[in-house]
Amino acid sequence: MANGTAQSSVTLRTDAWWISPLITAIVLGSFGIYSTWRAFSNVDFLVQPYLSPFYSPYILASWWPFSPALLILWAPLGFRATCYYYRKAYYRSFFMAPPGCAVKPMAKSGSYTGESKFPFILQNIHRYFFYAAGVVLFFLWVDAFHALWFEDGFGIGLGTIVLFVNVVLLSMYSLSCHSFRHLVGGRLNLFSKYPTRFKLWEKISGWNEHHMLWAWVSLFSVALADLYIFLLAKGIITDVRFI
Amino acid sequence: MSVAKLRIYRGDSNGGQEVEYEVPIEEGMVVLDAILFIQANYDGDLAVRWNCKAAKCGSCSAEINGMPKLTCKTRLDTLPLDKPITVHPVKTFPIMKDLVTDVSWNYEVRKKIPPFKYAEDTDWKMQQVDVERSQEFRKCIECFLCQDVCHILRDHNEKNEFFGPRMMIKIAELEMHPLDIEDRKPMLREAAGIGYCNITKCCTDICPEGIHITDNAIIPLKERVADTYFDPLQWIITKIKGS
Ligand code: SF4
Ligand code: SF4
Ligand code: FES
Ligand code: FES
Repeated sequence: MANGTAQSSVTLRTDAWWISPLITAIVLGSFGIYSTWRAFSNVDFLVQPYLSPFYSPYILASWWPFSPALLILWAPLGFRATCYYYRKAYYRSFFMAPPGCAVKPMAKSGSYTGESKFPFILQNIHRYFFYAAGVVLFFLWVDAFHALWFEDGFGIGLGTIVLFVNVVLLSMYSLSCHSFRHLVGGRLNLFSKYPTRFKLWEKISGWNEHHMLWAWVSLFSVALADLYIFLLAKGIITDVRFI
Repeated sequence: MSVAKLRIYRGDSNGGQEVEYEVPIEEGMVVLDAILFIQANYDGDLAVRWNCKAAKCGSCSAEINGMPKLTCKTRLDTLPLDKPITVHPVKTFPIMKDLVTDVSWNYEVRKKIPPFKYAEDTDWKMQQVDVERSQEFRKCIECFLCQDVCHILRDHNEKNEFFGPRMMIKIAELEMHPLDIEDRKPMLREAAGIGYCNITKCCTDICPEGIHITDNAIIPLKERVADTYFDPLQWIITKIKGS
């Protein structure tokens, strides 16, 4: 029988473990670049009655010389940056801590403190970003309803549907949040004393199992909703009116 | 008859190497069968720990093609057989001989967790809804695969700072128990080192019992720690309610 030695010091895994973090890095990176460009650009975000979700609520402040998107985007950005699912995604794909299971992390042994020290200890305030993102979400619902009112009265355009789909997906992302699950009922030990909270907790737990899915589809929808309005504003496409 | 090639790590604390064996494949064969075939037919001194061969005792943990798995639950037909299958001892704990490691650290850490504590006047009747969450964690078979795959223990060797995922579900089991009155949050934050976990979910990915270690234990515990240490609003509410 032939003798051999260990194959690699990084991992002994033989499957394509690197594909998933690579795809995550590419998609998250692309979204980061696109949203930064759109947030700073300060143009092509409003085509009546559609307002880009990156600019909602639209705040016109005379004392603010920059793009109004920057006044509000910190909330959804902070919400996603501290989200338990996205944390896993970027720790694995950007920090390589670790890039895959049973794969050597990038950080040297002895230098790791996880979320126990600054800055990552700040992840603990995720629930506050949940509240802030909830306020923004409220305005996105207002925008979606506003998108039913055209210059000639009530109507439904493709943009209306795009904005409604987006706000529904964003709502599912928020409603399936781990912190929300905790606040609704997770912190209780005696469910039988609080039947309503228990029922809600059960419902949210069901959505929470698919939190990763909601995280991705809502990320795509918000970018696509903005892109749709950008293309309308540029005159590259025209809106379709159904009613 | 088709054969599978296995490269099994043979050695002890002084070092070792992979040794290649050929094993005739039989229908339904698991990796442990192949190891026992080698033990019976080639190398009687090949050390392997096992008891139930039914994925219930948690003793046959190893790293198959680099992934922490139970050898008795890993069927050969789920592995690519065109290349040799590597079988190594779990990396996180000190090797004793061949596939056998010394996992006693886990039992030492386990002793540090304050046991179930009840009030003098406890009414021992419990509702199913109240104990259901803890019951998921009682499925644990103490295979310590989650402890093995966790990068904090595996690569950073922070065994003095972090108790590991198996102990997190033990703490969750006790903390969520409707009749337990002990507060383990200070310990979670300090000695148990919950802040070290960056919720990259490898423990959940590999748990052979399918326990939702991160979603149902670690994240809810992080949220409880946040209630006490990182949420001024929650702190005020608790103070008002408590007084
Ligand atoms: S939680 Fe799962 S992986 Fe960890 S020791 Fe228990 S059964 Fe094994
Ligand atoms: S989720 Fe936390 S406990 Fe589980 S393997 Fe990752 S770092 Fe370790
Ligand atoms: S955990 Fe993902 S949004 Fe809260
Ligand atoms: S031999 Fe008991 S779990 Fe594998």
